[in-house]
Amino acid sequence: MMTASIDQRTNRKRRKPNTDQVTAVLMILPSLIAIAIFVYVFIFRTAGMSLLSVNDLYEMAGPKTWLGFPQTAFVGLKNYLDLFANDRFRADIINMIVFTVLFVGFSLSLGLLLAVLINAKIRLEDVWRNIFFFPMALSMVVTGTVWRWVFNSASTSDLGLDWITNPNTAIFTIIIAATWQMSGYVMALYLAGLRGIPSELHEAARVDGATEAQIFWRITFPLLGPITVSAAVLLVHISLKIFDLVFVMTGNPGGPGFATDMPALYMFQATFKQDLYSRGAAIATFMLIVAAVIIIPYLIASNKKTVEE
Amino acid sequence: MTQTIKHQSKTQSTAMSTGRIGLYILLLTLAGFYLIPVYVAINTSLKSFEEVSKTSAFSVVQNPSLSSYLEAFTGLQKGLLNSLAMAIPATIISSLLGSMNGYILAKWKFRGADTIFPAVLFGMFIPYQAILIPLFQFMSDIKLAGSIWALILVHVVYGIPITSLIFRNFYATIPNSLLEASKLDGAGFFAIYRYVLFPLSTSSFVVVLIWQFTNIWNDFLFAVTLTSPATQPVTVVLQGLGAGQINHYEVQMAGAIVAALPTLLIYIVLGRYFVQGVLAGSVKG
Repeated sequence: MMTASIDQRTNRKRRKPNTDQVTAVLMILPSLIAIAIFVYVFIFRTAGMSLLSVNDLYEMAGPKTWLGFPQTAFVGLKNYLDLFANDRFRADIINMIVFTVLFVGFSLSLGLLLAVLINAKIRLEDVWRNIFFFPMALSMVVTGTVWRWVFNSASTSDLGLDWITNPNTAIFTIIIAATWQMSGYVMALYLAGLRGIPSELHEAARVDGATEAQIFWRITFPLLGPITVSAAVLLVHISLKIFDLVFVMTGNPGGPGFATDMPALYMFQATFKQDLYSRGAAIATFMLIVAAVIIIPYLIASNKKTVEE
Repeated sequence: MTQTIKHQSKTQSTAMSTGRIGLYILLLTLAGFYLIPVYVAINTSLKSFEEVSKTSAFSVVQNPSLSSYLEAFTGLQKGLLNSLAMAIPATIISSLLGSMNGYILAKWKFRGADTIFPAVLFGMFIPYQAILIPLFQFMSDIKLAGSIWALILVHVVYGIPITSLIFRNFYATIPNSLLEASKLDGAGFFAIYRYVLFPLSTSSFVVVLIWQFTNIWNDFLFAVTLTSPATQPVTVVLQGLGAGQINHYEVQMAGAIVAALPTLLIYIVLGRYFVQGVLAGSVKG
């Protein structure tokens, strides 16, 4: 009797975690399969399509190979070579670089400034913080709709600020709107970081005779380094795929001319308006590669950090 | 002696207060920049079409009227309903799914979980353009293209990485001893989730629900790609509202305010959780 019940118990103990472990895997499996298909299989298909020449709806809807690709000619990197010789795409790349550098630079510096100001024991802190942060709750479509009117009105009224209609300055209107939307987010990140720094550090430096500026640049700012990296990676990621804000503010292609056009807009127009599926796929793959070069090292680094912890 | 001390402290305090005044002037200037669009949107939305065409966006409204709101609301009504029909189910499903995934990833680590998780997280960093063409094809193949269900499915699937991450990070903070205790009491996989972890995760649910609802409501790329005119969410409808040969800016501004209200109200009421979601979405792994 005694031995039997013990046996039963150990048996039960041994079997139970096993069935639970199986249940756990079964429960997460649908999500993993969905990600495998919707992320990885789809990326594979986009990349594959960028090497073919699918240039109209007829080919796109026609017979497929066993991998699901339309049965058209394999052209290798031709679509990419064509793109880099294409005026619109060249303009897109330059715009993307200008936009990324300025938008990320402005958002980081403005966000840091706001965080430092908010952290300076000011009155009505909540009110100020909300003024700077609320744009995060808005859609880029809403942001774009309002800023488009601000700049359109500035250019037609007696203000005479023709920024949005002047090809040399139009991109700044997008940068201003994007910075307006995202700098509060950077502020929130930095603020969380500032509040996490123990005040003893500053007091010790003050006792040693450091000025407030020295304390900020030699102690506080280096401690905010990881936040700066996270924020920069996220902002770069947003700027690489910027679509809705430009679409709403200056149209598709982002005008005037291609002055505010971006790869995401060209991808959308080539694919869904001109049926140049392989060209669209090539632009999309290009965007993915640029994003991956920035994101993958960051993901690996932050994963290593959590495993070490 | 006392006089010098007094004098010193006085200059110091005046120096301090000039510094403080400068600080508030800087804050006011910056706040001015952030409030320009708010002022312009509200101001313009109260004007008549005639007034908008004659005056600049910045000149104060002369005869305020709410009629543009009626027009904007009529125009956006269908879009607002579509957005609700899409965002509410997608938000709830993806939050529940994320909670279950987070529970498994934090407490039932299977072999390879540490390798698979970053691969799942990568899914929230891809530019969605990289999956858009096969996604559109897939939706056409399963006859969902143009329906609200396509958008629900898309938002649930692409919400998996972020929702799983937030819940995983939260469940990881719950001591394993708590789980071991209920295991000894005979609780299995589902009982532990239902009676131990789920009741503890209210605040995480609020964070994830707000985050997902805001992102889904504000999405434009999937909305403009996968819908037909009858199923367009409010972002797509707003983009075309009051546009044409002559732009009706007063209607556009009223429309922008109406379309922004749901997420803005959530932010006003539950701002603390909203900020948490934003932070969770950025502090990876």
